[in-house]
Amino acid sequence: MVDEENIRVVRCGGSELNFRRAVFSADSKYIFCVSGDFVKVYSTVTEECVHILHGHRNLVTGIQLNPNNHLQLYSSSLDGTIKLWDYIDGILIKTFTVGCKLHALFTVAQAEDSVFAIVNKEKPDIFQLVSVKLPKSSSQEVEAKELSFVLDYINQSPKCIAFGNEGVYVAAVREFYLSVYFFKKKTTSRFTLSSSRNKKHAKNNFTCVACHPTEDCIASGHMDGKIRLWRNFYDDKKYTYTCLHWHHDMVMDLAFSVTGTSLLSGGRESVLVEWRDATEKNKEFLPRLGATIEHISVSPAGDLFCTSHSDNKIIIIHRNLEASAVIQGLVKDRSIFTGLMIDPRTKALVLNGKPGHLQFYSLQSDKQLYNLDIIQQEYINDYGLIQIELTKAAFGCFGNWLATVEQRQEKETELELQMKLWMYNKKTQGFILNTKINMPHEDCITALCFCNAEKSEQPTLVTASKDGYFKVWILTDDSDIYKKAVGWTCDFVGSYHKYQATNCCFSEDGSLLAVSFEEIVTIWDSITWELKCTFCQRAGKIRHLCFGRLTCSKYLLGATENGILCCWNLLSCALEWNAKLNVRVMEPDPNSENIAAISQSSVGSDLFVFKPSEPRPLYIQKGISREEVQWGVFVPRDVPESFTSEAYQWLNRSQFYFLTKSQSLLTFSTKSPEEKLTPTSKQLLAEESLPTTPFYFILGKHRQLQDEKLNETLENELVQLPLTENIPAVSELLHTPAHVLPSAAFLCSIFVNSLLLSKETKSAKEIPEDVDMEEEKESEDSDEENDFIEKVQDTNNTGLGEDIIHQLSKSEEKELRKFRKIDYSWIAAL
Amino acid sequence: RSTSGAEPESARARGAGAERGERREGERAAAGIRCVAYNNQSNRLAVSRTDGTVEVYNLSANYFQEKFPGHESRLQEASVLARRQRLLAGLNGEIMRMFTGINIKYDCEMSWEDPLWSMVGCEDGSVKLFQITPDKIHFERNFDRQKSRILSLSWHPSGTHIAAGSIDYISVFDVKSGSAIHKMIVDRQHMGVSKRKCIVWGVAFLSDGTVISVDSAGKVQFWDSATGTLVKSHLIANADVQSIAVAEQEDSFVVGTAEGTVFHFQLVPVTSNSSEKQWVRTKPFQHHTHDVRTVAHSPTALISGGTDTHLVIRPLMEKVEVKNYDAALRKITFPHRRLISCSKKRQLLLFQFAHHLELWRLGSTVATGKNGDTLPLSKNADHLLHLKTKGPENIICSCISPCGSWIAYSTVSRFFLYRLNYEHDNISLKRVSKMPPFLRCALQILFSEDSTKLFVASNQGALHIVQLSGGSFKHLHAFQPQSGTVEAMCLLAVSSDGNWLAASGTSAGVHVYNVKQLKLHCTVPAYNFPVTAMAIAPNTNNLVIAHSDQQVFEYSIPDKQYTDWSRTVQKQGFHHLWLQRDTPITHISFHPKRPMHILLHDAYMFCIIDKSLPLPNDKTLLYNPFPPTNESDVVRRRTAHAFKISKIYKPLLFMDLLDERTLVAVERPLDDIIAQLPPPIKKKKFGT
Repeated sequence: MVDEENIRVVRCGGSELNFRRAVFSADSKYIFCVSGDFVKVYSTVTEECVHILHGHRNLVTGIQLNPNNHLQLYSSSLDGTIKLWDYIDGILIKTFTVGCKLHALFTVAQAEDSVFAIVNKEKPDIFQLVSVKLPKSSSQEVEAKELSFVLDYINQSPKCIAFGNEGVYVAAVREFYLSVYFFKKKTTSRFTLSSSRNKKHAKNNFTCVACHPTEDCIASGHMDGKIRLWRNFYDDKKYTYTCLHWHHDMVMDLAFSVTGTSLLSGGRESVLVEWRDATEKNKEFLPRLGATIEHISVSPAGDLFCTSHSDNKIIIIHRNLEASAVIQGLVKDRSIFTGLMIDPRTKALVLNGKPGHLQFYSLQSDKQLYNLDIIQQEYINDYGLIQIELTKAAFGCFGNWLATVEQRQEKETELELQMKLWMYNKKTQGFILNTKINMPHEDCITALCFCNAEKSEQPTLVTASKDGYFKVWILTDDSDIYKKAVGWTCDFVGSYHKYQATNCCFSEDGSLLAVSFEEIVTIWDSITWELKCTFCQRAGKIRHLCFGRLTCSKYLLGATENGILCCWNLLSCALEWNAKLNVRVMEPDPNSENIAAISQSSVGSDLFVFKPSEPRPLYIQKGISREEVQWGVFVPRDVPESFTSEAYQWLNRSQFYFLTKSQSLLTFSTKSPEEKLTPTSKQLLAEESLPTTPFYFILGKHRQLQDEKLNETLENELVQLPLTENIPAVSELLHTPAHVLPSAAFLCSIFVNSLLLSKETKSAKEIPEDVDMEEEKESEDSDEENDFIEKVQDTNNTGLGEDIIHQLSKSEEKELRKFRKIDYSWIAAL
Repeated sequence: RSTSGAEPESARARGAGAERGERREGERAAAGIRCVAYNNQSNRLAVSRTDGTVEVYNLSANYFQEKFPGHESRLQEASVLARRQRLLAGLNGEIMRMFTGINIKYDCEMSWEDPLWSMVGCEDGSVKLFQITPDKIHFERNFDRQKSRILSLSWHPSGTHIAAGSIDYISVFDVKSGSAIHKMIVDRQHMGVSKRKCIVWGVAFLSDGTVISVDSAGKVQFWDSATGTLVKSHLIANADVQSIAVAEQEDSFVVGTAEGTVFHFQLVPVTSNSSEKQWVRTKPFQHHTHDVRTVAHSPTALISGGTDTHLVIRPLMEKVEVKNYDAALRKITFPHRRLISCSKKRQLLLFQFAHHLELWRLGSTVATGKNGDTLPLSKNADHLLHLKTKGPENIICSCISPCGSWIAYSTVSRFFLYRLNYEHDNISLKRVSKMPPFLRCALQILFSEDSTKLFVASNQGALHIVQLSGGSFKHLHAFQPQSGTVEAMCLLAVSSDGNWLAASGTSAGVHVYNVKQLKLHCTVPAYNFPVTAMAIAPNTNNLVIAHSDQQVFEYSIPDKQYTDWSRTVQKQGFHHLWLQRDTPITHISFHPKRPMHILLHDAYMFCIIDKSLPLPNDKTLLYNPFPPTNESDVVRRRTAHAFKISKIYKPLLFMDLLDERTLVAVERPLDDIIAQLPPPIKKKKFGT
């Protein structure tokens, strides 16, 4: 049923939505944003992701509507291509290969057949603005090598380039100067601000620029929070500017409204400021947007704005400054202290989110479910302020309890520490604060874990701290005359020779507690809290500690800082085996005996999956990531897979997700890239979008009935007449939107051919299949999300027999794809 | 430091004493600016202050203050009269005009095109039209009376219409018919709150029919006078916008607000290829701490003045062609005239105020100390005399004789001479009556060194010499001005032997008269810039002249030619930093025992020019002439140059040598002036 191909590392959503300015469609129905290697199309009303435009092989760096056809979208990428998409159906129309890395994309309505892009050719940090001529060609892959240079030494960020007044000029800012290039005169004016040496102007570097849509006016944002409105800039001498000053920190982005009557600005204050008539006194605010505003964009229709925030969120704002929709991705603004956790109830990924919050993120829908405010204090957004950090969190008792630890350390001796215990409330479907413990320890808490044994009658929590103690907290009755209540109290305090407690872990049945004190592992009886035994390997401090599961529950695993992985047998109290492995992440699979360990080497990170019972790993994959992997987690699958191959069996019941230092969330997938594409090709059939009009009720139902009848008759007659629905050419013809269809003359022969009897169709199918072979391989390559797979150590990969039904559907698929490859460039030529 | 020859210790001590007396002075310096006006043809700027004084600045001559005439002092009239007078002064050259007979007015304005018409807006809401003839002003007619008072007026450049700003509305009058053709109601709303009244503080009528109004709600509004409709509104301040001035080309204007901010508006094209233009607020300037009561717009600069007594001239960089004196921001706070005279013999200081004189005796000290110490006073300074003028007129000039027994001062219409008698600590004052009729209005008064002669420069251009003996006086001679010039002398200098008298007008050269023979001795060659200070050195009788472009000349009177030193200086040129200084030299004096030294000062520095030392060139340090003491004498000698400059003083109003070892300095700290001003509008400062 499942293709067992190589296991590949794939990005699983959660990529940045705020990398570039979002772009609205002409009718404001959709909003586009770059997201890693994809372009995502969201509905502005429902906040749902409508399409994901796959195709680029590297980071997408810019998107712009096609000024000549507002139903099409250009995108540029670091892979050196510009792609033209039909965003309504999610179809790639054309690919222009430029050849060099493109860092941003701009389109101007007046420059008919060219777009503008930021490239760096010679040196890595010298960027140029070039105009790229897009040749008119009917083929789908076009080389666009005709670059003409516009501006040199520009800033890499597209926020520092703006095209003004119908493409008459382009303004670029960098450091302390603004350059304006006039296309007609081919001259550049440059205006320099008095620079940093003078203390009064210490921070007037340019940060962003925007151009008025109708007037000759350039707005520039500055480091010190000022906005300057430049006018009369054709004259090097008579130029003049006005200052608008409200922001106290740097202006992150600027945008003019479509009519130019108001200017929008945003920055670290998380307040969207609308300057009406560009006057200082006439301004409106939309405050409390949650995080730094990184980008602002305006819909071409003028009814919507949107702000992209540093917490990976896009807020769609109505013209009257009311936030109407929030598209929230995985918040990756700040460092992750809590690690990756799985909420046992929702199966959502839980980690640090907004400042002071835990975010619940659905991996299936790539969407944030909700934020749980843990710290419950107003976040003051100021540079250099030491904030309260949410450092630890753990779920217990099947999601009934959540423990969180927050700390703030201004000086060495002034530690503020707080532990909170949250109870799940079924009525409100959320966590409610139950117990707040101030200073549960004298020093930072290094680990906390719940006893998750099924039979345990009393919820138990253990915290380990640098102060040398571990504490056991139990839930007790806290009822008084007013109400019945439960609360957490400390039950036991343990220590071992005043060593710092670094890790703690319960065995699967909850009978044993392992606490590591620097280099020593201690085992405690969880009923009597007696020290049972100690293990000491003298191989450095213990970094990770975990018990084996199921059949391997007699084993205890510990990874040390010196790069030794030890496995102790609890029955014999002896070291079972050890291995030299610099373990960064060690995660047990809750549904099997498997344990995944990720080791760090100078080249990259490697994955090892093993069972504690045997030192030989089940599966090794080298080079899963070039950078350090910080956290990992096993996520139980809803529907178990059935991989037959031994190497993949560890993925049958759970999926492994991991987070790298640059905060990209990655996972392992066995699905072929082709399969990943199916949703897009399915969307070709625009059936879902058929509106249920009265007409549909009459005709549509009627047709369905007819079909059924027809089917019956066909079955009775046993004649292999192809159904119109089953012939791809026909369905393609009928269901593809009219504006992307080639001319009727072109389609006619295919259409007629397809109506012929199946013998002919089969032979007709086979010929193009051979022809397409190479092309297909190529497309497979292009659909690969990650190009850094090195090799899979796979011993016995059995050849797979594809069953016939599947093959049939595949050939149909190919047919479909062939049609998609048919040239639609005549549309662009219109 | 010993180069000055005076004891710095006692100078400081005495300076402190003088300063104490000075602190009570302040009315003069704290008189805020009420009105400024700029005249393009003569490139002059007139400034009227709240105490009724009017100052005229010559912008071509490095903003040197040319005139400091006295005036009537009823405040409300002052502004009107000042405005009237300034216009006349600007248009007719240097003629001063009195304009009396109208009671309470708020604004008057001359027609742009035809200077013979003028109109006056009155408190009672009427607008009166006057005709100005060279010697008279005729009332012509009244326009339609309005309900509330008229606060501002503006002629249409063609002279056909007048816009009048009032309370809550602006009226547009047709000059021919005298009837109001439009009444434009101004919005009272102020930041969403309805204020009681909206006062239109200023209007400007542009030639395309646009009326620009500024009002107490902080708005600058553009009206179409043809339809009487509001075109555009700029809210620029939380407080009143009090003044407006439009450039002659009508491509930019400037407004001043009560918050001390000056905003510049410019007419810029909407796009590069369209002819459509729009008014855009461009740069704000915050050079004032208090209300900006008035603004003016010269072709190259924005000029503003307000309650905080500063006159600020902010050049428009885009209009300045070359980087010269005009390209820098100028802030004029103190008059460019000496208002203090000193009796060296009795150690008295006479301070001149707008409406009174004060005589102080300096304190003294017996203590000694190191260089830089402030010594305790053994005897405090005494306030000897407070002499109030009669009538409303301001004092133009005053002088105390070197022996301390005569005080003379003059107002616009009268000349006063007093004799002082000292009997131990008591002083008796006796006015010399029966002044001759030609001694009516003096521009400058000077006593000879032996106090036997009085020199008076009258405003008619004549120079009178009066012999003083005992309690009486005798008119000796009057030097009549050269035929063809009407210019009055405003600076006088007499030699210590009493033989020579130098007199200088504002632009023509310096005339040197022989007092003994009562005839013109010679004329120093004319120079482009006016003289700011001059003095005749004792013994050598060299005349040292400082000009407003910071040049200093030395002219030998007996030889009738520039001295060798002066020629060398001119050949080599002054140090560029010297030429870049802001304020003109206001006083020159000499050390009797050190003929090579010239002592001079301006508001911010005191300088001794040692003619025996080499002149500094542009590479040498001008302001640090004292090398470290541990350097050898050779180094010191090599680095020493002729200019020894001390900038330790807060604004320095006066400095003179009392005797060989004593120097008196009068400082006027700016903080004291600010402390005397009414508090400015409170503004919330971010982060406080």
